[in-house]
Amino acid sequence: MKYNIKLPMDLETRKKLRAGDEVYLTGIIYTARDAAHKRLHELREKGEPYPFDVKDAIVYYVGPTPPKPGHAVGSAGPTTATRMDPYAPELLDDGLAGMIGKGRRSKEVVDAIIRNQAINFVAVGGAGALLSQSIKKAEPVAFEELLSEAIVRLTVEDFPCFVGVDTLGNDIYDE
Amino acid sequence: MRDVDVSIIENKLREACMAIAVEYSHDIICALKKGEQEETREKSKAALRMLLENAEIASREQIAICQDTGMAIVWVKAGQEVHFTGGSLMEAINRGVAAGYHDGYLRASVVDDPLFDRKNTKTNTPAVVYCDIVPGDEVEVEVMAKGFGSENKSKTKMLTPADGVEGVKKFVLDAIREAGPNACPPMVVGVGVGGTFDSCAVMAKKALLRPISQSNPDERYRQLEDELLEAANQLNVGPMGLHGKTTALKIQIEQFPTHIAGLPCAVNICCHVCRHARMVI
Ligand code: SF4
Repeated sequence: MKYNIKLPMDLETRKKLRAGDEVYLTGIIYTARDAAHKRLHELREKGEPYPFDVKDAIVYYVGPTPPKPGHAVGSAGPTTATRMDPYAPELLDDGLAGMIGKGRRSKEVVDAIIRNQAINFVAVGGAGALLSQSIKKAEPVAFEELLSEAIVRLTVEDFPCFVGVDTLGNDIYDE
Repeated sequence: MRDVDVSIIENKLREACMAIAVEYSHDIICALKKGEQEETREKSKAALRMLLENAEIASREQIAICQDTGMAIVWVKAGQEVHFTGGSLMEAINRGVAAGYHDGYLRASVVDDPLFDRKNTKTNTPAVVYCDIVPGDEVEVEVMAKGFGSENKSKTKMLTPADGVEGVKKFVLDAIREAGPNACPPMVVGVGVGGTFDSCAVMAKKALLRPISQSNPDERYRQLEDELLEAANQLNVGPMGLHGKTTALKIQIEQFPTHIAGLPCAVNICCHVCRHARMVI
């Protein structure tokens, strides 16, 4: 199936999505990759608040290239989600609605996806120039010193991706 | 003796880093188009179409094909009649890479210390540099911008002589299968066979510098490359891991004499964004 989805996604929307569905996301997503996830984990350990509301949020595993003048972002394709596996379950348990990346997720992440009725999206790896066209705005949120690994709030329009792991735990790579 | 000012190398490297980040080589584009025509699954075809569309946008807007603009690896083949002038060659190489990444709006992806600090050096340097001394008075410089989604899936193994051709085949195919969707297939796969533990990994990387329209000049190795490509494309990994026939675009093998007791083998996985350039000064 093919869906145009307005973010944030409600539970009904998440439940109807199936692994392999083609989706176009419109709304707000947050960038975070390795170093930012480590920081989020450290904040959680210390009992401090996250720098953005993770409830119903979508995290995009990406570290874009610097924007050229007049562009919101540079090239911005997905990085390997597998590396964020150690951190994803706790974010999902804290209310995260989904993640966008490439590659496989661990069993622990898939279990957390099912438990929290979340979605793991996959975007085309190495298509950063194309994907950047759907990103209309980028606003810094936290950890700017991490450069491309900082957390940035992106406004996306019809951002193309696939449902990778659905709320039942089905996986696009096992189709 | 021929004097070569290192600033020439610096400038050429700057331009090369900028160019390879935004433009696929012609042979990769051809291979992606061929894959797109041959795929039968709609989703796999669509993924390849997105890569081709991505290539057009990157080239038109001169923005990076992929946001992981890689770590720079530089090979210098210096003629022994050459005298480098104008300061340190190593520093010039790193200045050239840093300038290319800065001026090309490319991502700084290098951290200073791998284990403890992991602080971004902000310049995408240092580059990994290999130097060879060769006869003559020319300098050949090759640069590759290697993405790490695929680098992380690379492997080295000390096979034994008894493992032979079958052992090499199994090792290579297992590596490709395990790399799966994480390495951004379709991949280009560099294989090093022989030498020592370390040199065999360098060979695997060097194999990726060969244009994918070219095969190993030794007929037996050429055949092995073809066989492995066919087998890899039957693994059903497919573009982006969405299944299909286009898992690898080319297998490139480099070989070197080895010890009577050994058969080192290394597999360096590269994604479709197999970026490298060669210049002769
Ligand atoms: S593996 Fe290649 S295509 Fe994939 S994100 Fe890294 S550089 Fe880009």
